Amino acid sequence: MRERLRVILRKEFIQALREPRMRFLLFFPPLLQLIVFGYAVTLDVDHARIAWMDMDRTPESRALRARFEGSGRFDVVATPQSEQETQSVLDRGQVHAVVRVLPGFARDLARGRATEVQVLLDGTNSNTASLVSAYSQQVIAAFSTDAMTGQTKNQQTIKVEIRGPGAARTMLTPATPESRVWFNPDLYSRNYFVPGVAANILLMVTLMLTSQAIIREKEIGTMEQLMVTPMRPIELMLGKTLPFAVVGLINLLVITGGALLIFHIPFRGNFFLLIFCAILFLMTSLGAGLLLSTLSRTQQQANMGSFFITTPAFVLSGFMFPIRNMPPVVQYFSYLNPLRYFMEIVRGIFLKGVGVTVLWPQMLCLFVYGSTVLLFSAARFRKTLD
Amino acid sequence: MSYRRFRAMFVKELHHVTRDSLSLAMALAMPMMMLLLYGYALSLDVDHIQTLVYDQDGTTASRNLTRQFQGSQYFQVAGFVNDYHSIEHAIDTSHILIGVAIPRGFGKDLANGSGKVQLLVDGSDSNTASIAMGYAEGVVQGYSAAVQHDVINRKGLKPPGPVDARIRVWYNSSLESKNFIVPGLIGVILVILAGQLTSLTIAREWEMGTMEQVLSTPLRPAEIVLGKMLAYFVVGLVDAAIAVTVAITVFTVPFRGSFLVLAVSTCLFLWCALFTGIWASAGCRTQVQAYQFGILVSFLPGFLLSGFTFSIDTMPKAIQVLSYFFPARYYVTIVKGVFLKGIGFRILWVEMAFLVMYGTLIFWRTVKKMNQKVA
Repeated sequence: MRERLRVILRKEFIQALREPRMRFLLFFPPLLQLIVFGYAVTLDVDHARIAWMDMDRTPESRALRARFEGSGRFDVVATPQSEQETQSVLDRGQVHAVVRVLPGFARDLARGRATEVQVLLDGTNSNTASLVSAYSQQVIAAFSTDAMTGQTKNQQTIKVEIRGPGAARTMLTPATPESRVWFNPDLYSRNYFVPGVAANILLMVTLMLTSQAIIREKEIGTMEQLMVTPMRPIELMLGKTLPFAVVGLINLLVITGGALLIFHIPFRGNFFLLIFCAILFLMTSLGAGLLLSTLSRTQQQANMGSFFITTPAFVLSGFMFPIRNMPPVVQYFSYLNPLRYFMEIVRGIFLKGVGVTVLWPQMLCLFVYGSTVLLFSAARFRKTLD
Repeated sequence: MSYRRFRAMFVKELHHVTRDSLSLAMALAMPMMMLLLYGYALSLDVDHIQTLVYDQDGTTASRNLTRQFQGSQYFQVAGFVNDYHSIEHAIDTSHILIGVAIPRGFGKDLANGSGKVQLLVDGSDSNTASIAMGYAEGVVQGYSAAVQHDVINRKGLKPPGPVDARIRVWYNSSLESKNFIVPGLIGVILVILAGQLTSLTIAREWEMGTMEQVLSTPLRPAEIVLGKMLAYFVVGLVDAAIAVTVAITVFTVPFRGSFLVLAVSTCLFLWCALFTGIWASAGCRTQVQAYQFGILVSFLPGFLLSGFTFSIDTMPKAIQVLSYFFPARYYVTIVKGVFLKGIGFRILWVEMAFLVMYGTLIFWRTVKKMNQKVA
């Protein structure tokens, strides 16, 4: 048994890693994903481009513009003069928003009448639009508060003479929010995404390569040759899955290394726990790969099939989009998704530094899921060989 | 280039497509699956943020502030606690996103003008966290402004008028994620499909040994690749039609532009995407390789560098430049523009011109690569 297993493992490793081109394709795309997700993918808005349309042209309206520019979140890139120009900069996507200060802004402000600043948002990207909306409301709210404080300061001379219990309140400052962000204090998207990439890659690599490796033997007819050897089905299965488990784990190591060294993602948990959970997860993904290979006849079918498995797994894992925003029905559905549990584990270990005491439910789910899938597909695999 | 030979190749390839009914069924079901998943499950909208309040002050002022949070459509106060530990635990287990701690003496400090409110935010999901934090700070600032207004009023001074931000949203006035995700998704669907279908087509012939047979016919390389492309073009068009119909009818995404512009751009884009797949396939001798390579050149850029969910202009310059080399970027801009903004050829001709250029270039490269392999 051990001898035969050794032989088939050797054959599979050679087959998978023989060509330099294949080696490149096994290890480069995961790295590329790491880099793209680490550097490029962000839902944050650092510098929103806005157009400034000042129809008031007073010191007050210029002060508001200075507030916008001074906030570090907005760059004024256009100053449209007419309705038409406003339309055009939005249509062409040159700006995220147009801020319009209407005539009479300073007058209303001075008279104590409620006044408005119009913000026209490009809603095409609803996420960017909500962020820009929240930021501009903050700037305007702060401006509004300061305008009031400024007013009290100006009248301080009068105030001092009045003298009374209220005098202490002249230098009024507002209640200020102090935000503390846990786990990811700089609110970097990459801290959230990069650990998730590791989970994704593990699924993609193992599922696709396992099913392809088996189908390929069938498609080009070498499966016959394998079956006339004394190899037992279980040995064949191990031979077809273990090399890709190793490839997957190496990818996990590479990504973790890259995450720590290149992107300085915090790693607060236990590394060995991560590896252990990865192995639990591999039971499911390798099992699914085996199952897929029994269901398809051509590599094309196996590829499409793996796409049909990975996409829902990917979308419902909370990798890019938080599960708590999904409709309740879909949220329940996501409990069927093993990648969801692994994603929670990976993020928990990386960012929160939690251990078995918090993560045991997820680990248990992965184990139950993995052993079921693995047993079922092993039974089916054995049957298709006969 | 002979029409007869080209047609023969097209018919042969079409047989390949229709014979493998399982693959064809999956190819046609794919747009539905993607649209349903992304359209229904994905939402970047942040509301009903689960919130815990730790009120150490217990005065009218602190209760008023709490009421502001309860009244806001964005927050859902899940409960009140009496120590930091409970907030910590609730954030650890992801039960809440934000904790509001009002320190002892808040009411008194507010009168002195130094009131402070602590917001404890789970930052693991940075996007949700920044939006939630923005809303929370807005609530506190709004409360603060109201208090101030009151105080100034009571002192008999005339307060300056408050300034309100009046936000108006164009193109997607309800700011629904689906209106933003679904049109871009059409581009992603086509790019994935094209990669899936074509990346194997030439590698398979090599692997099975049938390439020799094709090469021994009088077919020229240009005819081979055009014939192959056209067979998948048909599938791609059907998928595009399904995707657009579902987007408009099921997801009620507003369609404000012209069908003609969309149709022409879709044809241009399919040409580009399919030839990219064939080009990737022509360089590989095994299907495993061709598939991995196909993912690398079609799926990843289509998904990440097209502006489908992640806006390109927040990316580093080098990656922004890189995104110009992939056709998905142009097509996603066109689809979103036609659907949501209702803009037409007058603004979108730049993107369309880029698609034409890319299409010509990739066709030329593919034919050249086939020539090399044949020789």
